[in-house]
Amino acid sequence: MKLAHQLLVAGLVLMSGRALALIETYEFSKPELEARYQQLSEELRCPKCQNQNIADSNAPIAQDLRKLLHQQLEQGESDEEILDHMVARYGDFVRYRPRFGGAAAALWLAPVLLLLTAIMLVLLTLRSRAKNSDAGTAQLSNDEAARLRALLKKAEHDS
Amino acid sequence: MIPEIGHFALIIALCLALILAIVPAWGAWRGNSVAMALAPSLAIGLLVFVGISFGCLSAAFLQDDFSVKLVASHSNSLLPPIYKFAAVWGNHEGSLVLWVLILALWAAAVALFSAQLPLLVLSRVLSVMGVIAIGFLSFSLLTSNPFARLLPGAPVDGSDLNPLLQDPGLIIHPPLLYMGYVGFSVAFAFAIAALLGGRLDASWARWSRPWTNIAWAFLTLGIMLGSWWAYYELGWGGWWFWDPVENASFMPWLAGTALIHSLAATEKRGLFKSWTVLLAIFAFSLSLLGTFLVRSGVLTSVHAFATDPERGLFILVFLAVVVGGSLTLYAFRAPAVSSRVSFAWVSRESLLLCNNVIFLVATLTVLFGTLFPLLVDALGLGKVSVGPPYFNAVFVPLMALLVPFMGLGPVSRWKQDAVARWRSELAIPAMAAVVCGFTLPLLHAPYNIWVALAVLLSSWLVLGLARDFWQRRGRLTTGYCGMLIAHLGFATCIIGVVATSQYSVEHDLKMRIGESKVLAGYEFRFVDLAQVRGPNFMADEARFEVMRDGVLVASMSPQKRRYLASGSVMTEAAIDAGLFRDLYVAMGEPVGSDGAWAMRLHYKPLVRWMWLGAILMAVGAFTAVLDKRYRRQRDVVHSRSEAALHGA
Amino acid sequence: MGPRLKLFLPLILFALLAITLFRGLGLDPSEMPSALIDQPLPAFSLPGLSQTGLLSEADLTGAAALLNVWATWCVSCRVEHPYLKQLAAQGVPIFGINYKDEDAAALRWLDELGNPYRLNIADREGTLGLDLGVYGAPETYLLDASGVVRYRHVGVVDDKVWRTILEPLYLQLNKGSSAP
Repeated sequence: MKLAHQLLVAGLVLMSGRALALIETYEFSKPELEARYQQLSEELRCPKCQNQNIADSNAPIAQDLRKLLHQQLEQGESDEEILDHMVARYGDFVRYRPRFGGAAAALWLAPVLLLLTAIMLVLLTLRSRAKNSDAGTAQLSNDEAARLRALLKKAEHDS
Repeated sequence: MIPEIGHFALIIALCLALILAIVPAWGAWRGNSVAMALAPSLAIGLLVFVGISFGCLSAAFLQDDFSVKLVASHSNSLLPPIYKFAAVWGNHEGSLVLWVLILALWAAAVALFSAQLPLLVLSRVLSVMGVIAIGFLSFSLLTSNPFARLLPGAPVDGSDLNPLLQDPGLIIHPPLLYMGYVGFSVAFAFAIAALLGGRLDASWARWSRPWTNIAWAFLTLGIMLGSWWAYYELGWGGWWFWDPVENASFMPWLAGTALIHSLAATEKRGLFKSWTVLLAIFAFSLSLLGTFLVRSGVLTSVHAFATDPERGLFILVFLAVVVGGSLTLYAFRAPAVSSRVSFAWVSRESLLLCNNVIFLVATLTVLFGTLFPLLVDALGLGKVSVGPPYFNAVFVPLMALLVPFMGLGPVSRWKQDAVARWRSELAIPAMAAVVCGFTLPLLHAPYNIWVALAVLLSSWLVLGLARDFWQRRGRLTTGYCGMLIAHLGFATCIIGVVATSQYSVEHDLKMRIGESKVLAGYEFRFVDLAQVRGPNFMADEARFEVMRDGVLVASMSPQKRRYLASGSVMTEAAIDAGLFRDLYVAMGEPVGSDGAWAMRLHYKPLVRWMWLGAILMAVGAFTAVLDKRYRRQRDVVHSRSEAALHGA
Repeated sequence: MGPRLKLFLPLILFALLAITLFRGLGLDPSEMPSALIDQPLPAFSLPGLSQTGLLSEADLTGAAALLNVWATWCVSCRVEHPYLKQLAAQGVPIFGINYKDEDAAALRWLDELGNPYRLNIADREGTLGLDLGVYGAPETYLLDASGVVRYRHVGVVDDKVWRTILEPLYLQLNKGSSAP
């Protein structure tokens, strides 16, 4: 129970970090750098937090990473270079958009495969259902026709 | 004393649930109507005792009974009474009691409003709900007892409810969400009942549909509220993060949307039966999976209620029994309930099939993405993170793919239709949609291709609906109006989401009193700074005036609060809400020593459309339930039973 | 049998899911292995805490050693400290990184509580920490004689951690390297 309590307190502290949303006022030499800063800080995960990107987290490490990001952007590094720099230190864990290599290939391919399977399923189902419809247009017997008329009249009456 | 009564009531409820799970089901198996007839009373009894238990827990919170451990860790004497009540479900143990309460509510509702349901079906449905109740009640009593006491040595005061949760949103968001999640248990129970009985006809779909629609509507509202709450409470202007817990609520919604459409086909044409049954099982299984993910610590999330692997194991076993059991039943019994109804390539059925399939792919994609980090770790392949960049990249195209079919749906005919007819009906709406897509985005600089695409798709939906509405204007039914409103809601939602994602402008900067900043044509001027006191906090409050074209548009007062009981600091953003745009100001930290503060300013166009769209979807679903045909049944049964009574 | 088998597909997929979730219960999703395992220490040039002149990664080579990240603001570091002193007394070389801290406070701390460190790097800005992938304190790295990172432990190093995880690795590394 104590552990759960500790975790809960930790959770509270971390959650309040989210609402704290430390707002830094970095100056950028070019406006497009600011746009890239916003985008990259949403793609990088805070290594310590409970699933937050570095833009939204107040943890000290997130602040440090934002400062590092700012430095790297001002130094003229490209997006890929910056991300690689972070990954070299913190591992793949720190990227919210998994790179295509290795295990993550499955992640990116899965939706495509699912969709293709789905399309195949739809086509097969449509084919089998449509085939049946050709063979179903039997004529109604007189009795059935009379019943049908009566039912239709009743339905009109009700609505 | 009261907590003990509450505890005891919960135990009685468990006993009732046990009887409910076994006796009526046995009765249905053996054709014993006495046993079957017990089901409604047991369900109501379950509600009574869970209600008593919930009442006792609420009393403990409202009376500041800090000898109850839960109250001591989540409440405080300074907390306003309404939040003391909301604190009942602002934690793991209490939220479980709420879960069971809502389950009991649904079961009692089914018991009371099912006059036309044969006793055989009703008893099975309620028994299944009893099984689910057993799971949650025993989970609560055995691992997460809300009534545990801290005696001796009860603290003088409690630790306070997390300030983030001290908000009207907290009061409604979980109950609505649970009404949805738990509501799918009714559809699930109907599906199991059908499999057990080996029979599934159109009347089954007619019985299931209202319950499923209502549950779906509540879930829609619950998710929408969660998004809205995050937006105004968390201070960073975001409204969806694809967090595992958020996904845990979204997946049942996606599966549920497929389900309500599939039910329509089953009701109208008696097809997709085994598909519908599987979807019902799938939707509720996702609800249970969500419960597991949120409480087991298997995935990291800011939202997680508890991170206890032991509790997680309990839920996993329960999940395995319920879902494994129902899927096994499905594997053996599905042939008994499937249909071989035919339809043409071009027909409403095929469009519904496409709809089902797309939603299924979307659900599975979100599921896979959410569980992927766990999968990779379990296979020993390292640690990866999957976040919004991935989910947005894969989810948005799927929804875009859906919309063309969605536009055709209402216009199409059952069984057999013709492309030529579609062309003639929808040529004008289609062309008008293209025109809208090109021109309407010009209203807002800069021109954005994604917004243009979204406008095109939404206009396609709206104009198609308008055309169809005009066609049918003499013979509208409530069910049709419900569909109309819900689909309009979806179109509105699309616009809101895309416009806000593409056109939002955000700026973080240092501001001193007297300074101003222009953002998207609005001038934000930092006018004043004051100290204010709330019921349980102290705050620095900044005053902003927002001008546009020299006219005062809004006065905004964001706050930086320090809560007295816990000492935690929170930013309370100021939002000027508008139908066409939101202005958003949040305070950061003081910077330097000259009275400057870091401020975050946002301009968010059309963001409310997203939530309004969700509300419309829910309204549409509720409207559809009011359709005559669900009520007429009762009249038919009523008149039939009258006739029987009078020996006609 | 074909269509029959199809009906079992959902059950099979669920079974796989359940197994994965079960395995997941035993894992800690927030545990993160260092990205620098089996890689040399990053190059750095920082002042020492109680030395004059600058220290570099070369100063941490020579024998298998522990590299402990600590700070005076870190409560758990205080808990860990006595055990580190014990290890140092047993002859285990321990280097310290004083992470994002103030020199004066750090020196006072070491005065009060004792100094198990052969040397201390004053990483005031946390730049070395960033290069190492440090995200909090305390963290302890295990280096081999040539300064290659072999393991990272996040959290307090106590008797259990030393005996079950660090000591076996440390002894192995010592056997492998040439004696000083």
